[in-house]
Parts: sequence; structure tokens; C-alpha cells
Amino acid sequence: MSDAVVETIDLTMRFGGVTAVDHVNFTLRERELRCLIGPNGAGKSTFFKCLTGQYRLTSANGRVFIRGADVVGMRPHEVVRMGVGIKTQVPSVMNGLTVTENLWLAARRAHGWARSTAEVQRVIDEVGLADIARRQVGELAHGQRQMVEIGIVLAQDPWLVLLDEPAAGITGAEVERLVVLIRQINQSASVVVVDHDMEFVRMLGSTITVFHQGAVLTEGLAPQVLADARVREVYIGNRTQ
Amino acid sequence: MKAWPSIGQIRWGWFLAAAAVLLLWPVFADTHTPTVLLIWALFALSLGLMWGYAGLLSFGHSAYFGLGAYTYAIAVINIGESTVPLLLAVLVPAVVAAVIGAMMFYGRISDVYMGVITLVVTLILFKFMSATAGDQYAIGDARLGGFNGIPGFPILNVPGMPEISLFGVPMYYIAAVSLLGCYLISRWILARSFGRVLVGIRENEARCELLGYSVPAYKTAIFTISAAMAGLAGCLFANWTEIVTPGVFSLRSAAEVIVWTIVGGVGTLIGPVLGAMALGMVKLLLGEQTVIDNSLLLGLILVVVVLAIPRGVVPALQGWWRGRARIRVQRAGHGRVRQRATTVRSGESATGWRRDAPGGSGASAEAPGTGGRLPAQRAVRP
Repeated sequence: MSDAVVETIDLTMRFGGVTAVDHVNFTLRERELRCLIGPNGAGKSTFFKCLTGQYRLTSANGRVFIRGADVVGMRPHEVVRMGVGIKTQVPSVMNGLTVTENLWLAARRAHGWARSTAEVQRVIDEVGLADIARRQVGELAHGQRQMVEIGIVLAQDPWLVLLDEPAAGITGAEVERLVVLIRQINQSASVVVVDHDMEFVRMLGSTITVFHQGAVLTEGLAPQVLADARVREVYIGNRTQ
Repeated sequence: MKAWPSIGQIRWGWFLAAAAVLLLWPVFADTHTPTVLLIWALFALSLGLMWGYAGLLSFGHSAYFGLGAYTYAIAVINIGESTVPLLLAVLVPAVVAAVIGAMMFYGRISDVYMGVITLVVTLILFKFMSATAGDQYAIGDARLGGFNGIPGFPILNVPGMPEISLFGVPMYYIAAVSLLGCYLISRWILARSFGRVLVGIRENEARCELLGYSVPAYKTAIFTISAAMAGLAGCLFANWTEIVTPGVFSLRSAAEVIVWTIVGGVGTLIGPVLGAMALGMVKLLLGEQTVIDNSLLLGLILVVVVLAIPRGVVPALQGWWRGRARIRVQRAGHGRVRQRATTVRSGESATGWRRDAPGGSGASAEAPGTGGRLPAQRAVRP
């Protein structure tokens, strides 16, 4: 039995005539931190949504295993209940509720009524949300909402964390804090980060999988991948760094 | 865990005051009209719970109100005693709603289609019941009666004693207890994690799914609970009118409860209750004249409220009250700043106010930099 936490076999997703994900074979191991990068339209987010059940798969789409369990056909809530925490591309939070209430809903499902309040406090301290804990999420800045959503994921105490563009729209100091937080999460969980911010990915210093036109172009550590001429070609085109 | 600010909690003082008023009302006034107002309030509460807290708008909630009414009438004619028919009047709409809700929510239809489906359900029932005039349309001893409906069925009786009917003041108290009971049940639901998840679904359905909650199950459950309450209201309405006609399923009936809820205030429980009672009273008063069309005025009220106070009367009043409270707190804060400033300048203790004018009542304190004076009395008000 392999130690693969996530394994896809020939994962394919088509929308009409467009193949967004093209026969992707991907493996993520226990406690691994992996970044998926690629230019816009490379298929990263589609691949992410296939893993999380947001796009409902059939056997024609290939196979997806999470800790050995076939998740093809599962609904997102069924995937999450396996112990998966998901942060979406656009912050998906409950705007009309306070930060504490958002976190409580996450903690309640994972830990039960009795432990949920303590778990909420833990996450508030861990992510640094104390100053905004009683504010409505809809009133917060984009970066704060991103952190709230990461807090929501943490409150579920997952062993697999899938983060789609966690650094989008947040500033320098917050990015550094986010990098620390993701590494901290990685101490107890396998993490997949989807992003196209090369600097952020470099800061994470993980193994990188590069997507291009729905397929895996290459895979490796940051220096090796970033030195790859093909990656530079598809990722930054004619621009020079 | 404390009550959520986003949901609110029961105000026991207000609740007990309302219960006392309802209890004592028959001592001072007639109960016939208040009874139907309470029944309509219960109907609006059932919609307000589902719409205001789970974000589910049923355009045809009258279907369950009507099913409750018809179920009671048919069952009581066949059984003779009202206890089982009363229970069936709650159960049948709940089961029907559970089936329809499961089809809608597990089928992942959008909110717009949900509105269409719920409306179509009540209109189909209206059409069907209107077409049941022949003798062949009977369930046991109960003839459905087509457009004329089912008249003359036995009304509620003391459980186990069909010879003792409950009408007049007892009927009023049944309606009052039903409303208060359903209000408490609604508050209880909202205070549990079930209610909190519903509010989460209202705010962001996709996120709740990604938290591991089965959204269709929650939606189906609240749709069923709401239909059961509407069915109870329908049963009581049948007992008040002592006749059931297809009008309970009509478009007008479906629209009225939505207007009551909007005017009273979606997102509160008390708003739909007060909206139904106030507009229900207007409806009854207008029914006594022929100069102005009832529906026209109701529509006009809706337009005015939506334009002037889109959130409804009760949320607007709550917002106004909270705004006043905030201002009071801010003024008290300014007062403390002035008090400290004055104390520092005069060297007096924090409790010893410097008086600019003799007599004390006109005393004022001036804060540095404000360039103005406020009565000290206002400044120290908490």
C-alpha cells in the first residue's frame, strides 16, 4: 500500500470541445507540500475542483483516490468529511456572519458542539484573527477574508488541505505570514497550493507541478522547475524576469 | 456558547409581556378577529422561519396551509373526533413538503426554479380542488365539493370528548398557544447547531457544502418543518371559518403571506408575525367596504415599504433603536473624556464635577478642543 494521500489516474475533464484537464496523473504523499502552478487557463483550478468534488466526476473522467478511497462521484461534503479542508479561489465565506460564527460552523462539524468553542479560539490565536473576531466578514478587506477562509479550513482540523490561490490579493507582510502559516499547517497535514504567483511559490519552497493546457508539463523542486526553459516559455512568455 | 449576534435570541421580557396580553385579551375584548390574526401570524411565521433564516422563498407556501385545512376537514368528517385530524393536518403537509423538498433540493435546482415549482404546486392544488364538484370526488364520507369546498365539518373538540367543541374563547387560546409555541420552537431551532447551519446556508451554500454539511438535507428539513407549521395554521383557519374552499390554495393566498413577511421584515421572527397581524387587520377592515380594492391597497403598501424600508418594518425599527443606543454610548464616552479633562484641569477627584453655574442642574463641562459645551447631565449619562 502506497503512502499516497491523493492519487489521480488519467484524470480528464472536458467542457464541450475544450479539454481543461487532460489525462493528469498526480500523486501527493503524506505530509507533502505541493504547489500547482501554471498560467491562466492551464487547468489548475479545474483540476482542483475535480479533486474536491466541485465538478462531479464519472468513471469516464478517470480515477481519483484520496487515502486510497475512490472519490469519483462524491459530493464536496462527502470529500470534506473524509478530513479534507478546502479553500476556494475566490474567498468563500459567510459574509453576513461574524468571523467567530464562520469559524464555529467549521469547527462544529469537525469537533462537535462541546469542543467547537475551544477550537474556534485556537484558530483565532493561530491565524491572528483576534482583532476582527467579532466583526462581520462582509465588512473585512480582501486579505482579511482570505485569512478567515484559511482559518475556516484550519478549524476543520484536516489531514489534507487544498488551497486555491491563497495569496491572491494580499500584501507583502501578509504573504510572509501566510507562508509561515502554510508551513505550520504542513506539519500535520498534506497541503496542495494552487497559485500563479511565482514569488509566493518560491517562498514556500516545495515541490512544484507545472500545468499547461490541462496537462502536467513538468514536476520538481523550485530551482529546477524555474530554470526549465519550457516553463519560462509557457509561464512568462516573452517577458524576462 | 452564547447566542449568535447574527441570529439573535429570545427576549423573555417581551415574550412574557406578549403572552400576558394574549392571555388577558378575552377579558377586555372580542376574540373572533384576533383569533384569525393569530392564525395568519402563525402562517407568516412559518414562512419567515424558512425564508428569513434559511434563505428559501416558497412562492406557494399556501399549498401547505391549504393542505392542513383540507386534511383536517376530510379527516374529521371521517373520524368524528378532532385529535387525530389535527395531528394529520400537521403531518400530511409535512410529508408532502418533505417529498417535494427532497426532489427540489437533492435535484440541486436553483432558487428561481424553486420559486416556480412551489408556486405551481399550489396552483395545481387550486385547480384540482376547484374541479372536484362531482359526487365521485369524495374521500370516505367527505365530499370535496369543488369550488364550494367542504362546509359544516366538526370543529376542534376537547381530546377524547367530541361532544365538547372548542369555539370562541377556547379557539382563541388554541391559536395563541400555537403561535407562541411555534415561536418558541423556531427560536429553539435557531439556537441549535441546526439553525446555525441554516443561517450559514443562507449566507453561502457552497461554503457550507465545503464544510461537510449536506445542504440538501438541511434545506429539506427546514422546508418540512415550515410546512408543518403552515399546516397547523391551515387547520386552525379551517376551524375558524368552519368551511374549507380551494381559495386557500389561490394565488392571492400565496401572495398575501409573502407580502406580510416582507412588510414585517424578512430575517426576523417577530416581523412576519406583526406584519401578518397588521396587514390582516387592514384586509379585514377593507373587506367591509367596496370603494377600494383590497389587493390594490395591499400591493400599494408593499411597494411603499419596499421602496422606503426595503428590509421591512421590524428590522428598520431595530436598526433605529440600535443606532440610538450607539449614540448614547458614544455620548457617554465623550462625557467620560470631558470628565477626565475637567478633573485634570481642576485637580478635583473623578467624581467631583466642577460646576460652572450655581444650582447644579445647569452644570456643564467643557472638553478641551471641542469648542463647545454640553450639559454635564447628558455627559455623564451611561
